[in-house]
Amino acid sequence: MSTNGKPKFAMYWAASCGGCEIAVLNIGEKILDVDANFDVAFWPVAMDAKYKDVEAMPDKSILLTLFNGGIRNKENEEIAHLLRHKSQILVAFGSCASEGCIPGLANLSSTQDIYKTVYHTVSTENPANFEPQYEYEMPEGILYTPEFYPVLKTLDQVVPVDYYMPGCPPESHQIAAVVELVIKVLHGEATLPPAGATIGAGVSTVCDDCPRQRNVKTIKEFVRIQEVNSIDPELCLLEQGIPCNGPATRNGCGALCPTASAQCIGCYGPAEGVLDYGSRLVTAFASVIDSNDPDEINRILDGIPDPVGQFYRFNLAGSLMRAGKPAWQGNGSH
Amino acid sequence: MSEQETFEPVIIGFTCNWCSYRAADMAGTARIKYPPNVRLIRLMCSGRLDPTFVLKAFSGGADGVLITGCHPGECHYIEQNYKMLRRYLLLKRVLGGMGIEPDRLKLVWASAAEGVRLANEITKLVEEIRALGPLNWPQWQMGNGHHAMEVSQPEEVTA
Repeated sequence: MSTNGKPKFAMYWAASCGGCEIAVLNIGEKILDVDANFDVAFWPVAMDAKYKDVEAMPDKSILLTLFNGGIRNKENEEIAHLLRHKSQILVAFGSCASEGCIPGLANLSSTQDIYKTVYHTVSTENPANFEPQYEYEMPEGILYTPEFYPVLKTLDQVVPVDYYMPGCPPESHQIAAVVELVIKVLHGEATLPPAGATIGAGVSTVCDDCPRQRNVKTIKEFVRIQEVNSIDPELCLLEQGIPCNGPATRNGCGALCPTASAQCIGCYGPAEGVLDYGSRLVTAFASVIDSNDPDEINRILDGIPDPVGQFYRFNLAGSLMRAGKPAWQGNGSH
Repeated sequence: MSEQETFEPVIIGFTCNWCSYRAADMAGTARIKYPPNVRLIRLMCSGRLDPTFVLKAFSGGADGVLITGCHPGECHYIEQNYKMLRRYLLLKRVLGGMGIEPDRLKLVWASAAEGVRLANEITKLVEEIRALGPLNWPQWQMGNGHHAMEVSQPEEVTA
């Protein structure tokens, strides 16, 4: 407990884009409830704080920590351990912390390739070919930068996590509901869900929330959405050959994308009880292909030019395989 | 001996209760020999095979996965082996995208009478996987497989 008697709240970003922080601020006037009920102890995006201040706090002194972002380097991992020690409730907040998200797609590339893309491609002006160094000697002393890890890990691959909150970013109304619940728990009006639960989301799939009409699916062709002349506004997108990830994706977003005639890309992660998101989609997509002839099936599958990107866009790092290896052919770095 | 000669691949084989499991059984009672590298798991139908099983096998360290089922048109559950065929073709593409040789996954149709054929296919697969070498996925998963970044010595920078 802090001096003003309010429980402490923390939010940290590791390898992420900052969208999760914006989503939290986007909960509108509910943010005032957060301020009324919590003392913000550590939130690097919103206020100045030093790691040593957190280190000085007693263990378990922060009630609620929302941790967003994946574990990309040593600094991320150290702060994850630090916040685990200092927090009573640690939430993997958003897709990056729960399942790797877009930064996790870098697990398909070697560290050398990542550095090459970041520092030595045409979009980067770097005439002297600088690269960050882990150690650099300056007149004032040696400067250290955190070690870059060969793969991005999810938060629960590094420390135990109490709750998961999916979404890229989590929808603001879901965040508001979770904040409201925690405040109720503080006042003894509600109880916390069982540890390890996914909060701020549904237990079914996006299809369940989707207003589009569904029939028996028979697919003769997969098309990319930008190649479709007109989209039937009433009919299931998958039935129209548009690879929509709704069948395997957890609901909670309110089926925003399919309602707006864009396919679900899976940012809310796997539905309840699904071990590997991508393989559930492989099952769903393959089952509705209307052909029994291997050549024709292959022709139809050509309509999904990047299967890993299609099926694992948001959760490669959290999937069974977690990463890729240098290709056995083509541009492999071996 | 070179590494390739001593390498014994671990292959997980999924069999269908109505055809390939009995084919393997028949190969056994007929004393047909095939290499012991394949660990057979019986399912009620190849259509029962969730692609998660295949990824679980690879991520747990298998070097190859064999899927077997009834010949097209002969499925005990009418058409589930066709669903397996489509999943198999899509799964090969997913594996390829992750840098895994698609040949590590093989689909064989074998009826209950084809014990010899199944034994031959297993023998062939073991040699193919042996030629590909170990997959050793846990190393890629933990990130030790991608070589750690070599730190180049800093060049002199004028302030």
